[in-house]
Amino acid sequence: MIALLRRDLALAIRAGGGFGLGLAFFLIVTVLVPFGVGADTALLGRIAPGILWVGSLLACLLSLDRILALDWEDGSLDLLATAPLPMEGVVSIKAFAHWITTGLPLVAAAPMLGVLLNLPGPGYVWLFVSLALGTPALSVIGTFGAALTVGLKRGGLLMSLLVLPLYVPTLIFGAEVARRGAEGSAVQTPLLMLAGISFGVTALLPFASAAVLRINLR
Amino acid sequence: MSLVIDNLSVARGGIPVLDGVSFALRAGRALVVRGPNGAGKTTLLRTVAGLQPPAQGVIAGDEDTIAYAGHADGLKTMLSVSENLTFWAQVFGTADIEPAVHAFDLVPLRDRLAGTLSAGQKRRLGLARLMVTGRPIWVLDEPTVSLDAASVALFAQAVRRHLEDGGSALMATHIDLGLAEADVLDITPFRAAPRAAASDEAFL
Amino acid sequence: MSLWEYANPVKFIRATDRVLPWISILAISSLTIGLVWGFFFTPDDFRQGSTVKIIYLHVPAALMAINAWLMMLVASLIWIVRRHHVSALAARAAAPVGAAMTVIGLATGAIWGQPMWGTWWAWDPRLTSFLILFLFYLGYIALWQAIEDDDTAADLTSILCLVGSVFALLSRYAVNFWNQGLHQGASVMRAGALAGDTQERVSNVFFLPLMVCIVGFVLLFVALVFLRTQTEIRARRTRALIAREHAS
Repeated sequence: MIALLRRDLALAIRAGGGFGLGLAFFLIVTVLVPFGVGADTALLGRIAPGILWVGSLLACLLSLDRILALDWEDGSLDLLATAPLPMEGVVSIKAFAHWITTGLPLVAAAPMLGVLLNLPGPGYVWLFVSLALGTPALSVIGTFGAALTVGLKRGGLLMSLLVLPLYVPTLIFGAEVARRGAEGSAVQTPLLMLAGISFGVTALLPFASAAVLRINLR
Repeated sequence: MSLVIDNLSVARGGIPVLDGVSFALRAGRALVVRGPNGAGKTTLLRTVAGLQPPAQGVIAGDEDTIAYAGHADGLKTMLSVSENLTFWAQVFGTADIEPAVHAFDLVPLRDRLAGTLSAGQKRRLGLARLMVTGRPIWVLDEPTVSLDAASVALFAQAVRRHLEDGGSALMATHIDLGLAEADVLDITPFRAAPRAAASDEAFL
Repeated sequence: MSLWEYANPVKFIRATDRVLPWISILAISSLTIGLVWGFFFTPDDFRQGSTVKIIYLHVPAALMAINAWLMMLVASLIWIVRRHHVSALAARAAAPVGAAMTVIGLATGAIWGQPMWGTWWAWDPRLTSFLILFLFYLGYIALWQAIEDDDTAADLTSILCLVGSVFALLSRYAVNFWNQGLHQGASVMRAGALAGDTQERVSNVFFLPLMVCIVGFVLLFVALVFLRTQTEIRARRTRALIAREHAS
């Protein structure tokens, strides 16, 4: 399992793109927002938590199809299925590798992009915390979407259609934590809900992803 | 370490392709599956390897004894030859990739990225993966595609050594490997009579 | 005779053929009666005026939008557990009907909301939940259409339906938490509502025609799902026959 994680990380680093593209996309989205809504710093500060959450969600979505599609094309997935690893473990590791290469850089970069959007002072900590807690859920849910569409030729667009509605609860609670944090009000309830979603999907969704993947490999 | 197939039916995309296949693969034996294109060799091997459920029949054998190699080698082009092998060695819980590297003459290539190899070299690397799995039953689908005569000889030698060590091999291939001791199973007589997919039967 | 016998496609078609005309007639007549009664023979609400009459479309459609998804969930479970093809096809057949009901619910809601709240659309929890439900329907339908092999598609969409149901429920609570909203509470079925005062309850004058409309929508849904399932079964049968022709 650790070997699989190490391999996926090595591939992501060597293929370039892995870290870079998602981050660059996140940066561009953040830069585009003021062009769209105007340069009013008060307004930007108010919408910053939400924009940063939506931005990181989209950046996450961008790289989802690489989680399984590459292994599907070169036949590794068949070989992994016959290897002594449970499929549930394989999809969990894949999701984890995706989080390290995509989610983690987004979490680290978000506070810096918060500066661009004039995020209010107390918001930085909570933005960081909410993203750190919420992005694993995005990776795990995304892996489920990737597993559903892995055999399809034009799976990318369909996968977005399937995954985005599933992202709604995570986004709502995550952005709520960041927003309340920025306003300086109590964050406990949404924070607990966000943590609940993250732990819940990480524990349960790999079973669905593995089942779906087995059906697709058939 | 034997594999017993009894009255197996396999289906491709729901359509039955083979019926009533029975054979046994004993330790130290090799079995070559022959048949024209589309006869169902790949489907049979995938079913035996556990990648798809049999439509009917029994595949009796110990769990986790099969190493499968299909048409695609499952190589990562951005990893070197030895990294590719080491990964599979770790996945299968074995340590030593050296015998495999030597057996398939990959020593001079070990630090090259798999993406820069020729088709035949990639195939050799794909086959070397079988040795690092440490599993006794090899299930090979067209193992000699894009190999030259010398590489085929290397491969035959590796198989022979595997058999001597008490392993066994099930191969689908068209060419003569020079493995005189291998049994041959022609699957043409087992071809399924044309009929509807099992899942369609309820609708007819 | 067990209920599962109707899981046989031929039996299903034969049985539904027999009841389909009756259900259709009942659906059309109860819808006609309910809508005419509701639109022309009930008084205007003293606060909402005649706009209140849109409930005869809005409430039943919204109810069926949710019930259609529940029906798909049950059908998906039956497919996963017992692998009856009719069940999978019924789930497939119900999805567009449910999606249409969701759109009707949303559209009538917007039309009603304009005079009442002064806006076509508000990010109210109920409205938002229905929009999310609509997205789930879209994804489900798209996945069915994208996969060629029928059984694989049935397997994958069933799992999507299960997972989607959990997430739809989660979204419902998340959205509730996110914004409190304008929409009135569920006043039709609330316990004690029938005995309450005019402000909170839906009075009998409105309630009876509404019930007739709801019955009409349920029957309409059943009729459409039966019809569409028959179509799916026949399409599947056609493909099977063609495949057999090619095979021999």
